[in-house]
Amino acid sequence: MNFSAMIVPFVIMLILLYSAFHKVDIAEVFTRGAREGLHSAAALVPMLVLLLTAVGMFTSSGAADMISRLAAPLAEKFGFPPECLTLALIRPFTGGGALAAVEELLTRVGADSFPGKTAAVLMASTETTFYTIAVYSAALEKKPDGRIFLAAAAADLTGFILSPIMVRLFT
Amino acid sequence: MISFMIVLLLVCSAAAGFYNLTWEDISAAAVSSCSEAVQLGIFLAGSMALWGGLMAAAEASGLTKKAGKALSPVIRLLFGRLDDTSRNAVSLNMTANLLGLGNAVTPTGIAAVQALKNSPRPRRNIAVLIVLNTASVQLVPVTMAALRASHGSAAPFEILPAVLATSFIAAAVGVSTASLLYAGVEK
Repeated sequence: MNFSAMIVPFVIMLILLYSAFHKVDIAEVFTRGAREGLHSAAALVPMLVLLLTAVGMFTSSGAADMISRLAAPLAEKFGFPPECLTLALIRPFTGGGALAAVEELLTRVGADSFPGKTAAVLMASTETTFYTIAVYSAALEKKPDGRIFLAAAAADLTGFILSPIMVRLFT
Repeated sequence: MISFMIVLLLVCSAAAGFYNLTWEDISAAAVSSCSEAVQLGIFLAGSMALWGGLMAAAEASGLTKKAGKALSPVIRLLFGRLDDTSRNAVSLNMTANLLGLGNAVTPTGIAAVQALKNSPRPRRNIAVLIVLNTASVQLVPVTMAALRASHGSAAPFEILPAVLATSFIAAAVGVSTASLLYAGVEK
């Protein structure tokens, strides 16, 4: 049995049963919240079109591979597996693309190899940072300034640097 | 700033286009990505409606208050004093992140940034919340473990301590940087 498959249905059941038990009119309250959710999703679409078009052009251009080829010698010197450079470069922009990159890497080098483990740790401990910032900004009238990119980039960079180090320490 | 990043992406794509002669791929991506964006919007609309509805039910039944209480020491540490509405919204978003609820993270996050607009020091608090969401603090890396298992890993969950250590330290660095950069920003 897959324990992780239980989380989502369990949370949904917990919320709805708990609410029903506390005499909340679930149908009324749920549809009100769902309507707001639909409105925020509709407001996001224009930003998504701009973002995904630019990101799609970037990932298909091979720019990430080009930059990682240039940076490979430097990365190796610092103990960062060069196989994971492309992944680190596209990770902030595309979740699906990054997942495909990990998939490809694990097939090529094996799940239990050092670059394979580093890729998995890097993927699991970081997010699609740029996408997240853009989506949350789209929901705010007062747009966040450049400082938030700096703070998020600091977190991402820490994640990239620590991934191979923690793999060496803990596995 | 988002505009700047878009420009940067396009400049890199153009350079790679000239160098690798990948113009056909770039052109295909430009045409298909815009439709994919709308499809993603439709997909998000479904999950945002579902989690928006569930959040409203959790709010009405007092369940969010309980989650807010449980996480309140952490929230106090990260955001300082918050009113009940913001604290509940933030705690829901943190719960969704920690449990790795995926689709629930974006709607709860949007609800949280909107609640934080009315908190003391709104710009700083919104920045801290967004950084927390970009650092992806997740208790169990389910997706990666499953992917490792499907590639024949001997111990798929072996990466767990490394993931936890990396994401907690990265989140701490991000939050500290945000706090420093927004120090003295009251509005």
